[in-house]
Amino acid sequence: MTDILLKTEAIYKEFSGVPVLKGIDLEIVRGEVLGIIGENGAGKSTLMKILGGIYTPTSGQISFEGRPVTIRAPSDAKKLGISLIPQEFNLVKDLTVYDNIFLGSEIRQRNGLLDKKTMMTRTKSLLEELEVTIRPDERIDRLSAAEKQMVEISKAVAMDAKLLIMDEPTTVLTQYEIDILYRLMHRLKRQGVTIIYISHKLKEVKAICDRVMVLRDGEVICLEPIDKLSIYQMAERMVGRELSQIFPKKERAGTEPVLTVQNLTVPGVLENISFELNKGEILGLAGLVGAGRTEVAETIMGIRKHTAGEIALNGAKLEIASPEDAVAAGINYLSEDRQGSGILTGFNVADNITLVSLRAYCDYAIDLINSKRQRAAAQQHVERFNIKTQGLDTRLEFLSGGNQQKVSLAKSIDPQPIVLIADEPTRGVDVSAKQEIYRFIKSLADMGLSCLFISSEQEEIVGMCHRVLVMKEGRVMGVLSGDEISEAEIMFLATGVRETETLHQ
Amino acid sequence: MSNALTASFKKFNYEKYASLIALVVLFIISSILSPYFLQVQNILNILRQVSYTGIIALGMTFVIISGGIDLSVGSVAAFVGAVGIIALNYFLPIVGNEYIAVAIGIVAALLMGSLAGALNGFMITRGKIAPFIVTLGTMAIFRSLSLFIGNAGEVRSDSNLFGNFGMNSILFLPVPVFVMLVMAAVLSVVLNQTRYGRYLCAVGSNARVAAYSAVNVDRIKFLAYTLIGLTVGISATLLSSRFNAVSTSNMGMFFELDAIAAVIIGGTPMTGGRGTIWGTVIGAIILGVINNMLNMLGVSPYLQGTVKGIVIIGAVYIQRQRA
Repeated sequence: MTDILLKTEAIYKEFSGVPVLKGIDLEIVRGEVLGIIGENGAGKSTLMKILGGIYTPTSGQISFEGRPVTIRAPSDAKKLGISLIPQEFNLVKDLTVYDNIFLGSEIRQRNGLLDKKTMMTRTKSLLEELEVTIRPDERIDRLSAAEKQMVEISKAVAMDAKLLIMDEPTTVLTQYEIDILYRLMHRLKRQGVTIIYISHKLKEVKAICDRVMVLRDGEVICLEPIDKLSIYQMAERMVGRELSQIFPKKERAGTEPVLTVQNLTVPGVLENISFELNKGEILGLAGLVGAGRTEVAETIMGIRKHTAGEIALNGAKLEIASPEDAVAAGINYLSEDRQGSGILTGFNVADNITLVSLRAYCDYAIDLINSKRQRAAAQQHVERFNIKTQGLDTRLEFLSGGNQQKVSLAKSIDPQPIVLIADEPTRGVDVSAKQEIYRFIKSLADMGLSCLFISSEQEEIVGMCHRVLVMKEGRVMGVLSGDEISEAEIMFLATGVRETETLHQ
Repeated sequence: MSNALTASFKKFNYEKYASLIALVVLFIISSILSPYFLQVQNILNILRQVSYTGIIALGMTFVIISGGIDLSVGSVAAFVGAVGIIALNYFLPIVGNEYIAVAIGIVAALLMGSLAGALNGFMITRGKIAPFIVTLGTMAIFRSLSLFIGNAGEVRSDSNLFGNFGMNSILFLPVPVFVMLVMAAVLSVVLNQTRYGRYLCAVGSNARVAAYSAVNVDRIKFLAYTLIGLTVGISATLLSSRFNAVSTSNMGMFFELDAIAAVIIGGTPMTGGRGTIWGTVIGAIILGVINNMLNMLGVSPYLQGTVKGIVIIGAVYIQRQRA
C-alpha cells in the first residue's frame, strides 16, 4: 500500500466570483517529487498557496498524513511541516541572511536573547549544502536574484519540512546553480522529504520529477508517471492543442550596423565592451548570472554611468545621461524585473502601454492627453499581442504574469524604437505566451527593428538569435554566429572553459 | 427589477464617493442638530474658513501623490505673508500708486512661496534627503525667519486696498472660496488629463518603474514641491489680506495638519500613486463642517483638535479596511 502524505478532495477556489480551481483531487505519495505544470493562470500557484496556508479554499477537504486538516495561515502549514518557496521573493531586505532563514523560528539562548552564533553556524552549513558562497551575516538587499533564491531554498530546508513546495525555483538560476539545486533535491528525497515542483521548464520537470500533473483552467488534465509523457506531450496537454514549432524560422538579418558600442567601461562592472548590432538583427547576450548582461543594457540606457567608451546610433555618437535621453534617441529597454522596474501594477492596461510614449498622445502646449487616441493605440497592442484582459481599464495587478509581460513588451515598443533591448523577455511566462513573444520579436526584427536579446535560457538564445555575444565577469568572451551557436559553445565561453583551454595549448 | 437594483448598487464605486457620502451625512446631521447650520451666511463662513488651508491642500495632494509630504507649509505661509506685506509697504511710497504697490506685494508673496517650495524640492531631489526631514527642517527655518523679520510681532500693511480685496465676493462667493474652486478645477484637469499628472502618479506609484520608463522623476517631484509653494503663497496672500496684517508667531500654525488631513479624508492614500483633487476639497469642507458643528454645540474649542485627530485616524483606518 502506498503511503499518502497529502490528499486533497474537490478543492474549489473562487476570487470574487471567478473560479480559479474547479475541484482538484490529488494524492501525493511520501518521498516523491511531483511536477505540476500548466499555463499561466491555470491555477498552479493558487493551489500551492492553499497548501501553504496563504489562501483558504472556497470548499474542499485536505488531509495530511491521513488526518483531515484545515490550513488557515502559513503558521498552520509550518506546524504540519509544509514549506513553500514562493515565486516572488519573500525575504526581508534589511535583515541578514541568517535573520531571514530563522525568521519566526529564531533560536534563543536560555536568557531569552537571540542565539546569533548558533543561527550563523546553522546558516553557514545550510548554505554550504547548496554550494553557494554567501556570508550568513550579509544583508539581503546586497544579494543577487540567484543568491536570494538560494536563501529562500535554505529557509525552506531549515524548517525540516515534510513537504517542500517549489514554485518556479529556477527562473533566476543559471544551469550551474540548477544542477546544485537538483543534487539537493535528490538528497532531500533520500531523506524522505516530499517535493512538489512547479515549473514552466518542461525539460527540468522531465529530469527531476517522478510524476507529473498537468493543470489547465483550474482542472486536472492528467496525472501520470513521468516516463509515460514526453516533453512534447506535456506541452500539448498544457495548452490543449497541438503546438507547432516553438521558435520562428530565422530570416537573414541586415548587415549595416545600427548600434555601435565601443570599449564601454563601468569600473568594477563592465570592461571594454564592444559590439555592433545590425539592422533587423537579433543579437543574443548570453552568460551566467552576474556576467554583466543586464549591466550592459543599463549602461546603454543611461541608468549606469560609464567612465569610458562610446555609444553610437546610425553613426552618430550619443550622449545618454538618462533613460529619457535613450528613449528620445530611439533605444528602448524591456526590463528583466517586471514588477520592480517594468510595469506599474496600480495603473491600468492602457496607461501602462502608453507610459513611455505618452508624449505622442498629447495635444497643446500643456500636454493634454488625448485619451481617445491613447486608448486606440493601447487597444491595438492588446489585440496584436493577444493580451487577455477584461478591458483597457483593468489594473495590471489583476493580470496574470504572462499578460503583464506582454503589456511590458507593448510598452517598450509603442514609442517605435530603432533598437529594443529585451532583457529576459519570457521570464515566468508559459509555453504559448513564450511562443507568441518570440513571434512578436521576430516580426519586429523583420520590419527592421534591431534587438539586443538578453536571456538566461540558452535554448531561446539558440533558437532566436542571429549572433550571440557571450559574457563572463563583465567582459565579452566571444561572439558566435550561424551554425556555431549552440548551448555547448555558449556554455564553454560563459564558464571560461574555452579560454583556459586555449591558454594551456 | 430588484436584481437590476442590487447590480447597480454593486457597480457603484463606493471608494470614489466615500468622502462625498460622508459630507452629505454630516450635512444632514448638522442641519438636524442646529437650525442655523443651513443658513447661507453660515455655509459661506464655513467655506471661507476652510479655503485658506484648502488651497494649500490642493498642492499637498500633488505632493502626497508623488510619494512625499510637506510639513513646512504653515511656516512658509507666515514668512511669505510677511514678505508680501513688507514689499507692499516698501514700494507704496516709491511708486505712489496703491494698486501697483499691492500688485507688487502679491507677486512678491507668490514668488517667494514658489521659491520656498522649489528649495524644498531641490533638496529632496538633488540632495536625496527624505521629504519628511527636509520639510521638517524648513518648517523650523521659515518660522524662525518670519519671527525675525517681524520681530515676533505683527507685520501690518499700510494699504487699505490690500485689506479689501480678500474680503470681496465674486459670483456671490468670498474671494478665497472662489480662488480655491477655480484652482481645484484647473489642478484636477492637470492631474487627470495631462502628461504631467500621469507622470506624477507613475512616480508616486513606483519611482523606479517611472525612471525606467523615461520619466524625469526628479523634475516631476521638483515641480510638485514648487506647486505647493505657489499654493502656500496664494493662501498666505488671501489670509494676510483678510487681517491686512500678518502675525508672525501665529499665522499658519497647524496648516500642515489641516492640509494633510483634507487630502487624506478626501481619499488620496498616503502611499501616493493616485489621488483626487475634488476629494481634497470635500475633505477640507468636512473638517470645516465638523468645526462649525462643534462650535454650535458649544464644545470647548480646546477639544476641537482632539476631534480632528480622531477623524484623520478614522479616515485612514477606513481606507485600510477597503484595501
